Amino acid sequence: MSLLEARRVRKVFGGGLWHRSQVVALEDFSIAFDEASPSFIAVVGESGSGKTTLARLLLGLLQPTSGDVCYRGTSLRLLHRQGRRRFLQEVQAVFQDPYEVYNPFYKVDHVLELPIRNFRLAGDRRTARALMEQALVEVGLRVEETLGRYPHQLSGGQRQRLMIARALLLRPKVLIADEPVSMVDASLRATILGSLLSLHREHGVSVLYITHDLTTAYQVSHDIVVLYRGVVVEAGRVESVVREPAHPYTRLLVGSIPLPRPDRPWLGERALGQPAGLRPVGPRFCKFVDRCPFALPICQEESPPLFQLSPDRAVACFLYREQPVVTNDDLTVVLRNRAGTGAEAPN
Amino acid sequence: MRPILEVKDLTVYYHTPAGPVRAVEGVTFSVHPQEWFGIVGESGSGKSTVALALLRLIKPPGRIERGQIVLDGRDLLAFDEEDMRNYRLAQIALVAQGAMNSLNPVKRVRDHFLLALRDHGVQLGEQEYDRIIATLLKRVGLRPEVAHLYPHELSGGMKQRVCIALAISLEPKVLVADEPTSALDVVVQWQVMETLRAVQREIGAAVILIGHDMGLIAQTVDRIAVMYAGRLVEVGPTREILTEPLHPYTRALIASLPSLDGRGELRGIAGLPPSLLNPPAGCAFHPRCPVAIDRCRMERPLLREVRPRRWVACHLVENGGTT
Repeated sequence: MSLLEARRVRKVFGGGLWHRSQVVALEDFSIAFDEASPSFIAVVGESGSGKTTLARLLLGLLQPTSGDVCYRGTSLRLLHRQGRRRFLQEVQAVFQDPYEVYNPFYKVDHVLELPIRNFRLAGDRRTARALMEQALVEVGLRVEETLGRYPHQLSGGQRQRLMIARALLLRPKVLIADEPVSMVDASLRATILGSLLSLHREHGVSVLYITHDLTTAYQVSHDIVVLYRGVVVEAGRVESVVREPAHPYTRLLVGSIPLPRPDRPWLGERALGQPAGLRPVGPRFCKFVDRCPFALPICQEESPPLFQLSPDRAVACFLYREQPVVTNDDLTVVLRNRAGTGAEAPN
Repeated sequence: MRPILEVKDLTVYYHTPAGPVRAVEGVTFSVHPQEWFGIVGESGSGKSTVALALLRLIKPPGRIERGQIVLDGRDLLAFDEEDMRNYRLAQIALVAQGAMNSLNPVKRVRDHFLLALRDHGVQLGEQEYDRIIATLLKRVGLRPEVAHLYPHELSGGMKQRVCIALAISLEPKVLVADEPTSALDVVVQWQVMETLRAVQREIGAAVILIGHDMGLIAQTVDRIAVMYAGRLVEVGPTREILTEPLHPYTRALIASLPSLDGRGELRGIAGLPPSLLNPPAGCAFHPRCPVAIDRCRMERPLLREVRPRRWVACHLVENGGTT
């Protein structure tokens, strides 16, 4: 049984009497996190790709329109008190903006004291203090520079690392990090991602790293899921997806990264070429058809299933229609093929 | 070639009850006609303050303490407010950080252009205005119909293009772009930068591109200036800065960038940027510098030309550029 699992979740916003236009934020998404084999998965997409919707669904902050999110086999909607408590402890989140989560009137100690009290992690003050100090050291914060201060006295990077320390305190099994470094400077970004990586390697925590930034995803994660307008377009081992992107959209994404290298020109859309000019006909179509230079007539009237390129690689594109089809549930299987080596250090 | 813009000893302080915040201190550089010049720095390095100062848009409690901003032979800091207002947009224009959010939500795109043009004494008939606005929109790759839309009807990338079109409406000689693409998706970022490139070629302006994204800046500009704690620490041609950074901060900054080569190579810069209220004595980078010597703690290094076109402010860099 998986620790946390999304089974064919679909989320539609709008509709109903007053909002007639519907937006499908996430389409048939499945993913699983196992306790025995922790994973480090990046979910990459641009704005509107559904990546934040995915985070909120997995955390139980949103209800799926169809499909289900299960914690230890039980749907989040059906969790009872005990189970819900355990879920809140074992599945933690780190969000984009490290300002919003702090109450400016409390010292930062409060964010660490609260979970210790709520989950009765310590019997007395001394143990509580020791736990707090340990968590801070683990994310590379100096105790004397952190405790006893107010949120505004810490830098953005310190605040974000404090949030990771807080998550750590609860010894979670899964950490959902939604754009944890997008508001942090380059020199600190590396430090924070390093904290996430050691959390995974040293404490066996599964991490879902949600980001728009392909380069950092490449740096820290083992597997990657590329989302485009709510649909998984490509998934698999991060090295092969980023180095040899199969889906035209992934190719566009990789080509759009400005690298600080004079020998690697910034090609952007030139990496891909001119769109073929095909438009969708009917309700089902590939979401990328209007921008795709390789679009085929079938892309206008069918949405491509995931085709299996190799045991650990799948792509939703008719260019690969000779390959066997995998069902969306099997996306989990594709990623799981890597999970056994999840705690390995990347080379 | 004579520089189109010469900035000399530019110094800007923000006066707070706790004392002056030395946001920009003794910044000197020059930009040639049609050149792309990049200023890269992290948050709090003073790069946006430089952008505002170049257009004399610093507001109290900030103040330009000293220096010169010589544009095409005339010192902007010697102008009175009225002359400066005429010079802005016409001679030097700004695409500000988050410019797309500065569009007035209750005014159509067309009205934004009318305001800018009329404000600078361009008096024309309605049809003439429409023709000019259509040309400007075309330059940034937008259809003429966009003129009749409200900002909320445009995507982020389109809004940013409108802002670029506004900035070039009077064909300035220098265009300052402060983080023109932050908050946009990577693909759109590339599109907006392509637009900026095309526009620059057409009007022949020099561009000062300011930002934190070393990759984006490096892919776009001819020369890079690296800013740290309110000062320039290194200036040089882009390729040279990337392949052979001389200042320890530049080296650390480039090393901290995630690449698509080796995985798991995350090297942050230890420590935090200094407070500009109480900057450290000597070199501002010395508390974080892996190779600092005693002299760095006491004596502030000056920006010197260590080899042709390479300027570095570091005691450890000898003439000729060896450490």
